[in-house]
Parts: sequence; structure tokens; C-alpha cells
Amino acid sequence: MSTFDSNPMVPGAAAEPPPGGAVTSSSPQRLKPPQGHKRLLTRKDRVALGFMAGLPTVLHIALVWVTALASVALAFTTWDGIGFGSIKWVGLQNFRELFDSNPQFWPAVQHNVIWFVVLILIPTPLGLFLAVQLDKNIRFSRVYQTAFFLPVVVSMAVIGFVWQLIYNPDTGLINSLIGANKPGHYIDWIGDPDLNLWAILVAAAWRHTGYMMILYLAGLKGVDPSLREASSLDGANEWQTFKNVIFPTLRPTNTIVLVVTIIESLRAFDLVYVFNGGAQGTELLSILVTNNIIGESSRIGYGSAIAVVLLLISLVVIIPYLVSTFRKERRA
Amino acid sequence: MHHTPSGLSVPGPSRRTLLRGIGGAAALGAAAPLLSACGDSDSGSDAKTVTLGSNSSDAVPKKAFAEIYAAFTKKTGIKVDVNTKDHNTFQEQINSYLQGTPDDVFTWFAGYRMQFFAGKGLASPIDDVWAKIGGNFPDAMKQLSKGADGKYYFVPLYTYPWAMFYRKSVFKENGYEVPTTWAQFIALCKQMKADGLVPIAFGDKDAWPALGTFDQINFRTNGYDFHTELMAGKASWTDAKVRATFDNWAEILPYHQEGSTGRTWQDAAQTLVSKKAGMYLLGTFVGQQFTNATDREDLDFFAFPEIDPSFGQDTVEAPTDGFMLSKSPKNKAGSVQLLEYLGTPEAEQIYLKSDPNVVAASTTADTSSYSALQKKAYEMISGAKSLTQFMDRDSRPDFTSTVMQPALQKFIRDPKGIDSLLSSIERQKKTIFASS
Repeated sequence: MSTFDSNPMVPGAAAEPPPGGAVTSSSPQRLKPPQGHKRLLTRKDRVALGFMAGLPTVLHIALVWVTALASVALAFTTWDGIGFGSIKWVGLQNFRELFDSNPQFWPAVQHNVIWFVVLILIPTPLGLFLAVQLDKNIRFSRVYQTAFFLPVVVSMAVIGFVWQLIYNPDTGLINSLIGANKPGHYIDWIGDPDLNLWAILVAAAWRHTGYMMILYLAGLKGVDPSLREASSLDGANEWQTFKNVIFPTLRPTNTIVLVVTIIESLRAFDLVYVFNGGAQGTELLSILVTNNIIGESSRIGYGSAIAVVLLLISLVVIIPYLVSTFRKERRA
Repeated sequence: MHHTPSGLSVPGPSRRTLLRGIGGAAALGAAAPLLSACGDSDSGSDAKTVTLGSNSSDAVPKKAFAEIYAAFTKKTGIKVDVNTKDHNTFQEQINSYLQGTPDDVFTWFAGYRMQFFAGKGLASPIDDVWAKIGGNFPDAMKQLSKGADGKYYFVPLYTYPWAMFYRKSVFKENGYEVPTTWAQFIALCKQMKADGLVPIAFGDKDAWPALGTFDQINFRTNGYDFHTELMAGKASWTDAKVRATFDNWAEILPYHQEGSTGRTWQDAAQTLVSKKAGMYLLGTFVGQQFTNATDREDLDFFAFPEIDPSFGQDTVEAPTDGFMLSKSPKNKAGSVQLLEYLGTPEAEQIYLKSDPNVVAASTTADTSSYSALQKKAYEMISGAKSLTQFMDRDSRPDFTSTVMQPALQKFIRDPKGIDSLLSSIERQKKTIFASS
């Protein structure tokens, strides 16, 4: 999550040269006298620098690239996790099995998509709305900000747990209030496959609204006040100002919001896992990966195949974003 | 986490267990480096210490086990160095745990789950231990303790049956009789429904309780032999016999508590406690939910009714927990001594004092201190012709957790879609059982 959160900030920072690279790459040109270069980087410095750059690189390669590629390779094998000798190459069998005979796979893909659509349609505009209201410096603005942002601070697992208590068919808040906890009247928010995804999405949207609000609030704080002034001098009303002046300047924020929401919908896991373990109606790709790999079941090859599918979907979404970002950077 | 199915102390996440789980997860993060450090420093093998990996993280059993080890130390002078992990975590990490530097002795379950690790060479055979303790156990227990190669790998400590639980007072008030045949059972369900009771309490949110219902109906309908073949992946799930099991299940499904896939077993048990439900099929650990002493005395159970007279009620589902010896114990002699001690009635009695929901695996243990419920459970198990463990202990855990659990939840919601469901199970079963 932390890597994803920092990534979207790249377009804003791209105008200035990245601070880390400046030391090594541009210093030789900038410092004309060669002896100055020597004075700046002693042998000790170089060792330290090499160490500082090398260690993270090694860690990054080992923990990100090697593991990711190993996971891709394992997707074409079966392995029960016991000894490397038991890894067997099976080609595309895992994928064939996944697409043809796993009754949970396609629903999971579908649910991930629904997750994204709902998050972008409901909490995102709502977060924007709240941000615009809070940006007006109304009274108790800080209190509202804190209240709306609180769900984002709380861990997903805790949110899942809390909402599971609210939805509990026998003793939960909702069923108790509407009297749906008696035989014949049950509303099974957690188990009914027609209901449970929406029930969880309420919880997810509740959290996501606060997240979007903070992102937009940060964006709004960056809008030049002279723009507002100019538009009000031109006689634009509040809505016109927002639609024609403010919203277009929020474009970078919108990109961030889009990327964050996509990532949120692909990595959706903890909330559902705590809520009902990904039972029928709430299957998600991340949960299928976990159920197959973690635990005693240890279908590592099969689980990796699902993870590869998830990776491919992420790439399809992320690559256009990166391409457009880099193109903009080059133009600037 | 709560996904880890089955078993006595693996209740899904109740409010308490979830909080405990969070704590456990935090502790795990902190403990992982410590554990590996332990493995290295301990290798200077100390003939006076045996290490033991334990999954009994709950306070009561943890204390009971500690008492057993203390008694062992007193007797032999060998210290038992216990390494307790959160129950679910222990189960989920068992693969990597046994491949790394496991403790000399570790707690585990009888049945396929034990045979699997024995077959992978991750446990040592303990025929020498059984030469001494063999006399303490009935044949059914001996059978449960053997690997596929016929050697012993497991020392059972305690066991508990699955059965239909009910409250004596409810049956008395309404004049219900304990049903022994399927027809009586259906009639009783109908009567209870007419009397405004939920006939069969049911909660399958954690997806494993339905496995227990399937087991009961299947071995009553098709007998123990077919049930084991099915669990071992040999018989086909599209067999007409399996279909008959599901037909029987569909017949009693309308008498089950509604909204079951959103309810935990603890909540379902509470409806039995509060006399809103008439019966509940579960293991004796349902007693944990009867916290009031008078309620507890009111609790009783009967064996799941006969379906096919040729099989009667001869099979009992009795999950058994015990100990195994890891692949290369550092202190083999001490471990063998410990396992021999754990196989004695003495050790079992120390344990049973603290946990009234289970019974000793040994037939020579003293039963005089048993409660009425324990005596009944004991008789039921010792009188059984065959014992099963539980679907996720009798079959491959990967099959039961990734295929059967979601499939049975689906069946409960939509019993009419059984044919396509069974062919889907069979398709997935073939690929899972074909791999390794």
C-alpha cells in the first residue's frame, strides 16, 4: 500500500529533478573543475554511497523481483510446499483448471470489477462533495475532517469485524432494529450471496469516502485562490466556478483518485476475509490466492496461477497510467 | 485465519477469538525471528530436555498440558521445553514448521492429516513407543495412529464425539422421544416446527460445520467403507450413492435454522442454550457455550439416527488429538520417553480434569470422575464399530478447504443445484488428488 500511495505523487514532483538522482548523475557536469569532483566524493563517500544504493537494490531484487518471478514460474507447476523436489511442471494446466472448473474464479473476477465500479461511483463523488464543503472553512471543519477520515485510519480487519457485528443475522444492529432476526423473517446479510457483497461494499464505501475526501481536500488546498476570485469577478456562481474552474484544476488529483481506487479494488481482501471469509457471493481473487496458498492446503502452484491473473489485471490497468505519466514527464 | 476448519478448539472468530487472533498475529510477528534463533542455539543437544511444539494456545488446555509435562519431569527428570503457538497459526504453518527446525515432539490430529506428514517423511515412526503403550488403547485408536505404511506415528491423548445435542428439559416438556430411525427423526423435526421451535440449530459461517453434517448423513446412508473411499478420493462424487446422501440432507434441510451461512456455530449453539432450537449436530465442544451449571446438566445428546438398517449407527465421528515425533528429534530417547508417558492413562487423567468436553483416548483411563455426558461420550466411542475423524482430517485439507467448504455452503443455500455441484466437485477433486 505504501508504495502505491507514494507512486501517484510522481506527476507533481516530476517538474523538479528527482532529489535522489541529482547527486550521482548530474554532479559531474555541474562541477566543472575535476579536482572539485574528487574533493566532493572521497573513497569513503563512494563506499558509503555504493552501500546505500546497493543494499536497497539487493533487497528490492530479492524481495520484489525474485519472489514475483518465482511466483510466475510456480504458476506453471504443482507444489505442495514440501521440499523443492516435489515441484512438478504442469504447463498451463493450472490456468485451464482455473478458467474451466473452478466455480469461484469468474465470480471473483466479477466481484473485483463490481468493487471498483461501486467505489468510483458512490464514495468518490461523495468524498469530493465532502471535501468541497470542508474547504469552505466552515465551523468545526477539523472535527468533521477527523470524523470522516477516522475509518481510513482504522485497520480494514477491524472495520470488517465491526460491520460483521452490525450485520449479524441474530444479534446484529440492523436485524434487531427492523425485527428481521426471527424465524421466517431472516435477512442474512453475511451469508446470502445476493446481499453480502453489497453489505460489505457499504462498509468499504464508508471507509473509501474518507480516503477520497482527504485526497480531494489536499487537491483543493492547492487551487490558486486568485482563480476563484477571478471567476467570481466574472460573475460565475458557485456551481459554475466549481465546474469550470476548480474541477479542471483538480486533474492531477483525479488521476491519483482513479489509480488509488483501482488499486483498492484489486487489493480488497482484509475486509471480506474478516467479514465472511469470502463465502459464496463475496469471492475475490485475493481471497482465492490466500485460501489456496496459506494454510495446510498449500496448493502453491494453483494459488500462484490465480496471483498471476491478478498481476496481469493490475498490469493492464497500471501500464496505461505509467505510459501517460512518462509521456507527460518527457513533454515537461 | 478462521478458515482453518474443523476441530475442537478451532471455533471461528467469535468476538474473543478474533481479538486474541489479532494479539496472536502481533505476537507471531515478534516471535518469528526469535523462533529461528532458538533453533540454532538449542542445537547443543541436551539429553535432559525435550522440546515440544504445541497448538494449545487457549488458557485452559495450555495449563492442563503444562501439568502433564510437570508430572513427566517429576517422574523422569527430563525437562519439557514447550513452544506454544496460536492454534490456527500452528495449523497454517505446519508445512514450513515441520520442514524447518521443528521441536522434537508436536501436537497434531489423527487421521489423514497425520498420515500425510508421515508419508512425506516429516515425522518419525514410533513403533517402539507403541510396544509399550499398545495395551492402553482399543483397536480403533490403534488404527487411527498408524500411517499408510502400517507403522505407528501418533499417540492419541483425547477424543470427542459428534452427535445430536438437545436439552433434556425441552424434550420432557414437549414429550419428545429420542429418535433412532430416520422416519422418527423427520417426524420429530415436523413436530418441533409445529411447536414453534427451530428443529435443528445450524451455523455455517465458518464453513466447516456443514462438513460434519455431511459426514453423519453419508456414513449413515452409505456406510463407513464408502465414506472412507470417498474421503480418500477413490470413490466418485457423481456416484448415485453420494446423490442419495444429498437427497437425505435436502429432506431435513428445511428443518435447519435459517440464515445459517451468516451464523457462527457459537451463535447457533446459543439458540439451543436459550431453548429456541430443539437439536444441534456438533461435537461435544458445544458444551463450551453452556456456561451456566444447570444448563450444562440439562445438556444431553443422541447418536445421529439410523438411515440404512444395514449400517445402523455403527460409525461414530470422533476427532482425536495427540502427539507426533518430528523427523529428526534432537533428543530421541527423551522424546520416546515423553511419548510413552503421554500414552498412559495417568497423563490423560491429568488433562481431563481441566477439560470436561472431551474423553480419554485410552480405554484403561479411570472413568469414575467423568460427568454423565463424558460417560455417554465414552460409551458411544468405545462401542463404535468404526471411527471417523472429520472430513477435513479424513481427506486432503486442500480439497476440503478449497472445494468442499464453498460447495457445501452453496448446497445449503441452493439444494436444487446439486447435480451440477457434484460434477463440479468431482472435476476439481480429480485434479487435486492427481497432484502428488
